[in-house]
Amino acid sequence: MIQVRPPVPNQDDAFFWDGARQGKLLLQRCAECGTVRHPPAPMCGTCGSLATDALECSGRGTVHSWILSHHPTEPDEAPRVVVLVDLEEGHRLVSNLVDTSPDEIHNGMAVDVCFVECTTTDGGTITLPQFLPAGRTATDR
Amino acid sequence: MSDVPEHRRAVIAGIGHTEFSQHSGRSPLQLAAEASLAAIRDAGLSPADIDGNVTFAMDGNDELAIIRSLGIPELRFSARTRGGGGGACATIQLAAAAVESGHADAVLVYRAFNERSGHRFGQPQVAPNPDPAWNLHKPFGLDTPAKIYALAFQRYMHEHGLTNADFGLYTVVARDWAATNPNAQFYERPITLADHQASRWIVEPILRKLDCCLETDGGVALVVTRAERAADLPSVPVHVLSATSSQIEHGHEMFAYYDQDLGEHQEAAAVGRRMYAEAGLTPGDIDVAMIYENFTPVVFLQLEALGFCGRGEARDFIVEGHIGRGGSLPVNTNGGLLGEGYIHGMNNIVEAVRQLRGTAPNQISGAEHVLVSAGRSGLILGRRP
Ligand SMILES: [Zn+2]
Repeated sequence: MIQVRPPVPNQDDAFFWDGARQGKLLLQRCAECGTVRHPPAPMCGTCGSLATDALECSGRGTVHSWILSHHPTEPDEAPRVVVLVDLEEGHRLVSNLVDTSPDEIHNGMAVDVCFVECTTTDGGTITLPQFLPAGRTATDR
Repeated sequence: MSDVPEHRRAVIAGIGHTEFSQHSGRSPLQLAAEASLAAIRDAGLSPADIDGNVTFAMDGNDELAIIRSLGIPELRFSARTRGGGGGACATIQLAAAAVESGHADAVLVYRAFNERSGHRFGQPQVAPNPDPAWNLHKPFGLDTPAKIYALAFQRYMHEHGLTNADFGLYTVVARDWAATNPNAQFYERPITLADHQASRWIVEPILRKLDCCLETDGGVALVVTRAERAADLPSVPVHVLSATSSQIEHGHEMFAYYDQDLGEHQEAAAVGRRMYAEAGLTPGDIDVAMIYENFTPVVFLQLEALGFCGRGEARDFIVEGHIGRGGSLPVNTNGGLLGEGYIHGMNNIVEAVRQLRGTAPNQISGAEHVLVSAGRSGLILGRRP
């Protein structure tokens, strides 16, 4: 079981974690001009608006880059695959690739989102958007 | 080109540093004070002549503690650079801005820490981080600089068909320079590519241990003043021909993943263009390059961004021998941050000054122009104005 170092959500990014808990992959969008910004920011750099809504992403994407995390850190007892995912909506996201052997990973491989509840190093739980090779179903974790 | 008259332009008049070690056995403040006094004396000044200072935002040594230790009566200019090692050259930019504008006459630049025996940058960020930039990254396992950077480096490797052994080509060169630099922690300890490939994985399949800079205890200081002031001093001044920085809208010194072409160091490219224009020089005019390297791949990215070779050509540039002994562009002639030591990039500026004074342990004869790149900030220093 992966133990996750939890985020410290604030007024600008709490919606992302709330969405994940509801099984939604949400990106911040300007309610005035529609510009999507990730990571979140309190003001739209395009039009200056403070009003936001959210873009719910399909969860389909491709691997832009990836690493196998080997550094002897405590929470990462098992190697963990970290990926940059290019979402089909045109935005990029950091996540993990689960249930995938390192030798089947390649740049450009198609992936689908899944939502995994993880325990945190402070004793709580958090739902993380994670990714699987397209068409594969998550094993019961 | 600068419109500041030549006699008012900034020079580096003094350099100083402690030994570089894995355990200094003394406080960071003492390291800062020792390096600072050495730099002030090297310039031929006394502490009472210093009226400005610059350090890193991350530096733990308070300005008031420094001036009390050194006996500096008053600072009338005091500034810090944002971020980490990317701002190494921005310290000189701020100091130059201060002396050229008249806001200070002699600026002390310092950086000191126990980065091996104290807080180690390479270890995982365990405590909840107050900077929200970590929120979207740390829960997914990006908790060390090696992992954070490697996720971008993998894309560069993919685009150009590189393997980790290609990055080791740089380490071999850096360790060769370090082997003949008595200040280097890897003095008399050259390696082969096989040694590099035998070091353990830090982030598979990107970085091995010998791709990482050397966590180091130590301090570095420099003194910046105007050319007219330096003319009265016994030290040999080194001229700041250009000093600039780049912070771009969607950039980040660690999590630069978004809206980015990961195969190009965009800040270094911007810094390079501006430096060459300001100095009226081209990459071909540079005799020595000092290139910040927390990890080996950033040397590749900066060689390309600074115009020393084309995109994706850094590997071949290194293989052809350009950056080593006898090469057309000797790079990191002190052994760099993974051969000499990691004082957040500041020791690379000291080496640049030595090359232009003609006093470097691995002296490149006739060096006229040295470029120093910290990625997000850079300098071109000259032997003449
Ligand atoms: Zn907008």
